[in-house]
Amino acid sequence: MGLAALRGEPRILPGPMDVLPRLGHELASGELLFHVGATLGRVVAAFVLAMSIGTALGLLMGRHAGVDRWVDPWLVVFLNLPALVVIVLCYLWIGLSEAAAVAAVAINKIPMVTAMLREGARALDPSLDAMARVFRMGRLARLRHVVIPQLAPHLASTARSGLALIWKIVLVVEFLGRSSGVGFKIHLYFQLFDVRMVLTYALAFVIVMLAIETLLMQPVERRARAWRDA
Amino acid sequence: MTGRGMGRGTTRLVVEIRRKAFGDHLVLRDLDFIVEAGETLAVLGPSGSGKSTLLRIVAGLDRDFEGRIGAPAEIAMVFQEPTLLPWRTALQNLTLTTGVDAGRAASMLAEVGLAGREERFPRQLSLGQQRRLALARAMVTRPRLLLLDEPFVSLDAPLVEEMLHLTERLIAEVRPASLFVTHAPAEARRLATRTLRLDQPHALE
Repeated sequence: MGLAALRGEPRILPGPMDVLPRLGHELASGELLFHVGATLGRVVAAFVLAMSIGTALGLLMGRHAGVDRWVDPWLVVFLNLPALVVIVLCYLWIGLSEAAAVAAVAINKIPMVTAMLREGARALDPSLDAMARVFRMGRLARLRHVVIPQLAPHLASTARSGLALIWKIVLVVEFLGRSSGVGFKIHLYFQLFDVRMVLTYALAFVIVMLAIETLLMQPVERRARAWRDA
Repeated sequence: MTGRGMGRGTTRLVVEIRRKAFGDHLVLRDLDFIVEAGETLAVLGPSGSGKSTLLRIVAGLDRDFEGRIGAPAEIAMVFQEPTLLPWRTALQNLTLTTGVDAGRAASMLAEVGLAGREERFPRQLSLGQQRRLALARAMVTRPRLLLLDEPFVSLDAPLVEEMLHLTERLIAEVRPASLFVTHAPAEARRLATRTLRLDQPHALE
């Protein structure tokens, strides 16, 4: 690769001056926005699904030893199931559909969220729990004001690592069975041996994910941490 | 038989505990007493005598016992530690926990000397202020049953005096039935109308 760059072979390793104009062109044609949008939609759907199911399951397992005993062996199985197996099985069982794609990604991430939130639930302060019960706080109020703030550090790190993992898996899912999205485009240009376009689409999506990290994830985390820094 | 009767109309606390054990270890047995509205019963005894267990049973936190508790529905508690929500402001610690509106919470804060500190987070308050906030949270709903679980332990003498004075004043104002667990006889003499010793076979004085 390094040699290719040194020898100036843009077919194998195109330089920024090759990639950036393509990025501009794809952006102007609307093609880039359409496919990045499709991928982003799947990332968001899978992320929301994985975070909510994983958090609920992790809380249940962390707070009820009985549930933990029953679900734990399954958690270990799913934690060790290769992403590719889940994707292929989802496509085979559900069909080559949007639902299958999102489900496949979510299933890949749920066990990790569950395992991390279970640790968080185990570390919940029992004295705050007792206080909330004595003062008859409602279930929802307890969750929102007592439980979630204690889980915030776990939620933040899970969300971060989750987003990074999810978008990579979404690309694989699109590569294998979708006709839109960045993964689909990469598949297409892979077959055409067009490294420049593969890099163009990859770069575009990395930029989007970086923007989400800086403009969304970090401010949310800062807000949740405000009471510590006050 | 295990039972718990709670009612809006009830103003007194009725405790009839036949037996409470953790495994083979018997903690409480045949404990009967009534605390009327406006009365404060101090529960004295060394650690391990079952004081905290009694309080947890009355608070409804421990339902695994033989006997019966009759208590008002409006319960509040002051814990050994302030037990505040560190991620919520002083005002929110009152409104979110007890459901009172901001106006009432603010006037209660003023009553315990925390006026102007409504928007502070608990860790921005001194230990004494945190204790007063915890007391304000307990009294803001004007509870009919007040449970105090060694609320002055690990405080230095001037702070104990300050808190005793404030608690005394608020109890006189709200007149709940109060159960005051402590290991300090001097504190018990100060706040209580009656005393129960758990180290001896449950002698009511």
